[in-house]
Amino acid sequence: MPTLKIPTPLRPYTSGESTITLPGETVAEVLEALVERHPELKRHLLGDNGQLRPYVNLFLKEENVNQLQGLETPLTEGDTLLIIPSIAGGKEHRRDHAP
Amino acid sequence: MDSFLKINIPGGILEQIHSHCERSYPEEGAGLMLGKEEDDRRAVAYLFILENAREDAARHNRYLITAADMLAGEKEAKRLGLSILGIFHSHPDHPNQPSEFDREYALPWYSYLITSVQGGQVVDSKCWRLRDNRAGFVPEEIILTD
Repeated sequence: MPTLKIPTPLRPYTSGESTITLPGETVAEVLEALVERHPELKRHLLGDNGQLRPYVNLFLKEENVNQLQGLETPLTEGDTLLIIPSIAGGKEHRRDHAP
Repeated sequence: MDSFLKINIPGGILEQIHSHCERSYPEEGAGLMLGKEEDDRRAVAYLFILENAREDAARHNRYLITAADMLAGEKEAKRLGLSILGIFHSHPDHPNQPSEFDREYALPWYSYLITSVQGGQVVDSKCWRLRDNRAGFVPEEIILTD
């Protein structure tokens, strides 16, 4: 089964676990298994539309899965998937509404 | 999460944050705060200052720390025996309250230090943590240390 590495800010929602082995043959299936096991993680990983929040990046063998097949990227036994956040923010909207 | 959250920041490190935010003005400046958390006591020990990765036109009101930056920050923290405790960024000509955009893109657990810079001069910094339900931020008291 693939392994998922959890970043520090999300570990309070995995009972402190930093590495979790989960069933799944694609990135989407592993994520589904993750939020099923740790439901409180869902709001921090997925938006209301069920898609990954924009700051959540998933890396497989040092490649962002967005550069592969996205959530449909296949995973095999022994693969390690890393959740790496990117951080964004800023003062209130004034001239633009794009993130 | 309660209102008694506190973060220890050495005065010299807060000065470095303020200097970086003033140098970045009128754009937003940002970086990572590295340190240790033991028994719920959080202490910043080192700054990992980063270039704002937003495109030029958006740097006046946005900052972006990429996944590659975060990986580099994690490696530096590990080398120093520290962790990434949070992120600092400036609000040029704007109060140091978190914006809706800050909330939308925030992660739990991290400390978010926001520095208000008015006309190129730092006014003040405040620190915040995202509520578990993502509904808003809880203030985190900054304790200045030597």
